[in-house]
Amino acid sequence: MSYLDYKVAQVPTGIRKILHINWPLVFLLTAVASFGFLMLYSVAGGRIEVWAQPQMIRFGIGMVLMLALAFVPIWFWRTIAIPFYLICILLLVAVDLFGDVGMGAQRWLDLGFFRLQPSELMKISLVLMLAAYYDWLPLDRVSRPLWVLVPVVLALIPTGLVLQQPDLGTAIMLVAGCGIVMLAAGVSLWYFGAVIGGVAGLVYAVFASRGTDWQLLRDYQFRRIDTFLNPGSDPLGAGYNITQAQIALGSGGWSGRGFMQGTQSRLNFLPEKHTDFIFTTLAEEFGFVGAFSLLMLYALILGFCLFSALTNRDRFASLLTIGIAGTFFLFFAVNIGMVLGLLPVVGAPLPMVSYGGTQMMILLMAFGMVQSAHVHRPH
Amino acid sequence: MESSRSVSRRGVLIGAIQAAVIGVLGLRLRSMQLEQADQYRLLADGNSIKIRLLPPARGLILDRNGTVIAGNEQNYRVTLTREEAGDVSAVIARLRHIIPMTDAQAAAVIAEIMRRPAVTPVSVADRLTWDEFAAIALNAPALPGITPESVLSRIYPQRGDFAHVLGYVGPVSDYDLSRIESPDPVLRLPEFQLGKVGVEARLEENLRGKAGARRVEVNSAGREMRELSRQEGQQGAAVQMTLDAGLQNFCTQRLGEESAAAVVIDVTNGDIVAISSSPVFDPNMFVRGISGPNYRALLNHDHRPLADKTVQGVYPPGSTYKMITLLAGLEAGIINAGSRFYCPGYLQVAGRRFHCWSRGGHGSVDAIQSLEQSCDVYYYELAQRVGIERMSEMARRFGLGMRHDLPMSAVAEGIAPDREWKRNRHGQEWQVGDSINASIGQGFVLTSPLQLAVMTARLATGLKVEPRLIRAVNGIPEPSPEFEDMGINPLNLRTVRMGMDAVMNASRGTARGSRVVIPEWRVAGKTGTSQVRNITAAERARGVVRNDQLPWNRRDHGLFVGYAPYDHPRYAVSVVVEHGGGASAATPIARDILLFALNGGLPPLDAYPPGQRGGVEELFDSMNLAPNAVVAQSGRARA
Repeated sequence: MSYLDYKVAQVPTGIRKILHINWPLVFLLTAVASFGFLMLYSVAGGRIEVWAQPQMIRFGIGMVLMLALAFVPIWFWRTIAIPFYLICILLLVAVDLFGDVGMGAQRWLDLGFFRLQPSELMKISLVLMLAAYYDWLPLDRVSRPLWVLVPVVLALIPTGLVLQQPDLGTAIMLVAGCGIVMLAAGVSLWYFGAVIGGVAGLVYAVFASRGTDWQLLRDYQFRRIDTFLNPGSDPLGAGYNITQAQIALGSGGWSGRGFMQGTQSRLNFLPEKHTDFIFTTLAEEFGFVGAFSLLMLYALILGFCLFSALTNRDRFASLLTIGIAGTFFLFFAVNIGMVLGLLPVVGAPLPMVSYGGTQMMILLMAFGMVQSAHVHRPH
Repeated sequence: MESSRSVSRRGVLIGAIQAAVIGVLGLRLRSMQLEQADQYRLLADGNSIKIRLLPPARGLILDRNGTVIAGNEQNYRVTLTREEAGDVSAVIARLRHIIPMTDAQAAAVIAEIMRRPAVTPVSVADRLTWDEFAAIALNAPALPGITPESVLSRIYPQRGDFAHVLGYVGPVSDYDLSRIESPDPVLRLPEFQLGKVGVEARLEENLRGKAGARRVEVNSAGREMRELSRQEGQQGAAVQMTLDAGLQNFCTQRLGEESAAAVVIDVTNGDIVAISSSPVFDPNMFVRGISGPNYRALLNHDHRPLADKTVQGVYPPGSTYKMITLLAGLEAGIINAGSRFYCPGYLQVAGRRFHCWSRGGHGSVDAIQSLEQSCDVYYYELAQRVGIERMSEMARRFGLGMRHDLPMSAVAEGIAPDREWKRNRHGQEWQVGDSINASIGQGFVLTSPLQLAVMTARLATGLKVEPRLIRAVNGIPEPSPEFEDMGINPLNLRTVRMGMDAVMNASRGTARGSRVVIPEWRVAGKTGTSQVRNITAAERARGVVRNDQLPWNRRDHGLFVGYAPYDHPRYAVSVVVEHGGGASAATPIARDILLFALNGGLPPLDAYPPGQRGGVEELFDSMNLAPNAVVAQSGRARA
């Protein structure tokens, strides 16, 4: 649909837009973030000023931003998709050239007033770009090889740049996010089959490459894979984190050990308990009830997004919503899968819960676009 | 629209995939948290890695010459762990073959062991000799559950000498923990020691040090299997005091069994070189855990050994306050050195008769003579002209009625009274009689021995000497103080100093008996006798009862303040002897202390007037001085 179509269709205008905001989604996001505040308060030993308070302030700002973006007409996002994508590519290049090194990887761009992590921005930008592309592309060309190649290239450019940092987790997420939008856009399932087969081959190649001149991954990445496959092999070294995390998680039982009573978290057995491993603290202190509740809140967020996308007759808005929800899904699934021992440790925060500014801001802005798509859906 | 339909179909597919993944996560969560929860709970409870704190060695406290006055000693002790011992009574019975233990002690130990968790080591006996300790280690196979270990414990080598100023350490009580915000976890270690009073308490943060830690692997019962890593703690900072162990020991010995206090200040830098309160107690008793009867004996002793009389005790300064009154008059320009008052032995003011200590009176007296003979009437006259405000203002300039900032417990403020103070405190207006009483350091005026010593140091130098107790922390010297000028007319100060010199050295001086005959060590000072009871008119008519006929606690306090050498002041001293019967109880003590300080050891006998030498020698011989304090008595070592 074009800008003119919107004029013709019935789209809420002005302040009346507020009535069309997806309020259940707002409520769900707040609920998830509140889990985060509670756990950040707990892992700081009952002090609010360490992590919980800054996080609350960021969440407040992010919420305001989200609601502001909801008022922006949906066609605006389609208009900026290409320039936004190009800017993100430039930022990624800048990170490779001038970025700050943190935790062994070059991910941050210090803008003076703000430390930006362009790879996070890229995840949203790529989704936006692909949604715009498939909105523009006539349906009968969607599965034609040449037209399939375009989004693959669009995804592989940032993926390659991210791998330079190196940040394997983000690279995989970019590819997976791209895959979700392509899947939603209706690309033939044969392509997906082929890619999955290819990945299986690649995994084999990666393992075969270990210790040779053409080694495909860094040593620490191999070690993480080892640890994942057998965490008990080095319980005090690389496997320590995951072993302790699982003890914490498992010991939570049905109803947990009680708020601020988690012995694993209290006694500092848990690593990175306020960032990547915050889910373990939740599971330890609130047990299955707490952990499963959070999982269900995440599922409900996905559900509301999906419903919004499926009831939206605008193809761009639908694809955008599914893409953002899909990225959000990847975030929490990877993190929870990691602490549950189902995936290797890749350094992915738990969205809306882990302590950290960039990701929460970007996520809330992305949900602002979802809201914009929801508000401006043609009736 | 067909585009939407394609999105819809694929949307449902994506939703299904996501739901499946969430389902897998949920199932995994369920399997870990519900099905294997017990197993994980066990792992968490007996988590194989525990952090054990290593208590840090407490910082040493040194005297100004580096002598250790609070150190640490190895304390050999044995602990018993019930879980490993099996039959506790049998093990204790066997242990009693090696170390002496009464039936009551053994019963108490067994009760304590039974009260604690089976895996917690309980101290069975401590302060063992090396032989006992070695014997236990040798017999270890017959003593299951017994662990000989050596820990550090505080020791005060000079025993009572520094008991009041340093204070002591003791086990951490719940009360201590409740007072500390976010207490260091090391405080929760069993039998960890914390400064309770005095310097030990006030410099706790410096002295404590930082705990080390061991990471140990333990089994699910909590028993250590092996040590994985060890990080040694950091000993607390060494604190060097301004005190001199030799002089401090001499002061303590010289005060003897009197209920008394002595403070010696180096007037050039404010260093408190000795601060002694007697009788003393042995702080080591508190470190080791004092017994009930011993503690009650200290508490009920009428000489109050536990009180630090140097800073906590406040006394009417008596005539030692006259320098303040005199200076107030001189500085206000109301009198000059030559001004005279007539003393008939009393002064009639507002229908009340105020007596001079000399019933016959001193006749016509000038400023210097008023100090020399300690004429009270002179000060009664002066008080009416100067007024309490100027007197107390002068007192505060000399550090009376204010708290000196020293790292000791409960440092007293004393009282330099004025009109407003009386209105607030007693709700009454100031009376002229109050001024008259205050002028001779009686009535409302209260001072601590520390304040008197500071006052004397300021009189001797004309500088605003601030007392200090800490010379260096962790080897970093405290900055040398620069004292500002008091801003008092040097002529007036000179008058007061000449008066103080006359007290000791002039023909009618009240302390002439305690003069020093070596000119370089000439002492100037002032005696004081302060009443602790009111002498009624009837009593006075009968003739005042002599002090030695009164019960001890109704006798007058004896005070003396002084400094030496007169020409180039180095040390100022104050001595207060509670219920000593009069200044004569304090004056010889103060003189001996000053001479000891100047000589850096026992003073030579030729410093004393010839007639006193025999008695002094006898006194010194009878004293039980610490070995390092004894310096060759023959000849005169020059400082």
